[in-house]
Amino acid sequence: MDFSFQVISHNFPYLVSAARWTILISFLGMLVGLLLGIGICAARLSHHGWLRRAAALYISFFRGVPLLVQLLAFFYILPYAGVNLPATVAAFLSIGMCSAAYNAEILRGSLQAISPGQREAADALGIPPLALWRRILVPQALRIGLPSHINELILLVKVSSLASVVGIGELTRVAQNITGQTYRPLEIYMATAVIYFVINALIAWGGRRLERRLGVGQR
Amino acid sequence: MSEAAIDTSGMKVTDEVVIEIQHMHKWYGEFHVLKNVNLTVNRGERIVICGPSGSGKSTMIRCINRLEEHQQGHILVDGIELTNDLKNIDAIRREVGMVFQHFNLFPHLTVLENCTLAPIWVRQTPKKDAEEQAMHFLSKVKIPDQAHKYPGQLSGGQQQRVAIARSLCMNPRIMLFDEPTSALDPEMISEVLDTMIELAQEGMTMLCVTHEMGFARKVANRVIFMDGGEIIEQNEPEEFFTNPQSERTKLFLSQILNH
Repeated sequence: MDFSFQVISHNFPYLVSAARWTILISFLGMLVGLLLGIGICAARLSHHGWLRRAAALYISFFRGVPLLVQLLAFFYILPYAGVNLPATVAAFLSIGMCSAAYNAEILRGSLQAISPGQREAADALGIPPLALWRRILVPQALRIGLPSHINELILLVKVSSLASVVGIGELTRVAQNITGQTYRPLEIYMATAVIYFVINALIAWGGRRLERRLGVGQR
Repeated sequence: MSEAAIDTSGMKVTDEVVIEIQHMHKWYGEFHVLKNVNLTVNRGERIVICGPSGSGKSTMIRCINRLEEHQQGHILVDGIELTNDLKNIDAIRREVGMVFQHFNLFPHLTVLENCTLAPIWVRQTPKKDAEEQAMHFLSKVKIPDQAHKYPGQLSGGQQQRVAIARSLCMNPRIMLFDEPTSALDPEMISEVLDTMIELAQEGMTMLCVTHEMGFARKVANRVIFMDGGEIIEQNEPEEFFTNPQSERTKLFLSQILNH
């Protein structure tokens, strides 16, 4: 069987359309992961012992159990609890909750890298805790951690392929379907690989640009 | 800093006590850092604190705005006692400005934003008013043209002047300086000292940990020598430098003045 570009060109629009779901799930997952990650990181560094322990438990659970298992559990167990979410929502929430554990640890590392002088200056000026976090610590931590957060986003784009097991028509799932119809795995999966690669190359490029732009303040 | 004598007409020490430290002790674990410190500061005083490194001088002034906690004794600032009561701590920090050795500017904010952050969040000043006020103080420290740059784009001396302007934006009644020129290249020291002299001339109450003895001679009305966590000696500058009483003071002065 010869390699056929025709197979690719014929099915490419379906793959690209499916890639939109891949992007949607991974970016929404990252958003949930970042916002929730900020909260978990704050809990991890809290003065209250029970909050710290709860955050540590969350992190060890979501880092310790395979995302595929989490996805399946989220998808099949929640309905028993009376929660019926659309599959895509369940997918990005589940991916986001897992990613939150990683983002929280990235943030914790970044926060610890901020010079103690920053907090002292804020204290000396009488800046209240909310402003200290919102205007001084979190913005600086996000900058320090930017390369790692971009890394995390790239991982999420790849990991979103796991959502295929719960029936979401994202890139990998659609590639499987097309392969089933055409019996052309070589062409279809090569095209799929190229699309994943392009998405992630764009993210990496955007990340580098963002780093350069935010770096202005650090010079 | 120019060698000429400075105009001291604005430097008036009043009878009003603004800081009172009584029998203060502080420990870091087992280590007794501050031993029975007693100090009364009147409004308008310019006090220079010197001493060998590790003598507790920075720790002492950091206790005044609660960057460090004391374990025994009393500290009163403007009549408010420093306790664990957050309300008191906030009230005192609103009155006391601080300038650090390493500037501690916020690197991700512009110079202007560095200066407006605290007035906006602490004093609820409207943004426009806060910016006007910030520009006023940036002009005062002679860098209004740098307002939209980031700290990392400025020289050390300029950064320290921004830090002074940032403190002044809170309209403090007392300024603490913790070795403000120690991290600066020699050619930038004078621009920072000149700014501090101007502040003194306007009657600001200042406590300054520094080894700039020229500054102490010209500006201070009192020089304090600390060693081993204690205040060993204090006197007006002329007396302090020409006629030190304790052996430790003599040794210290001989080390910093004759090298």
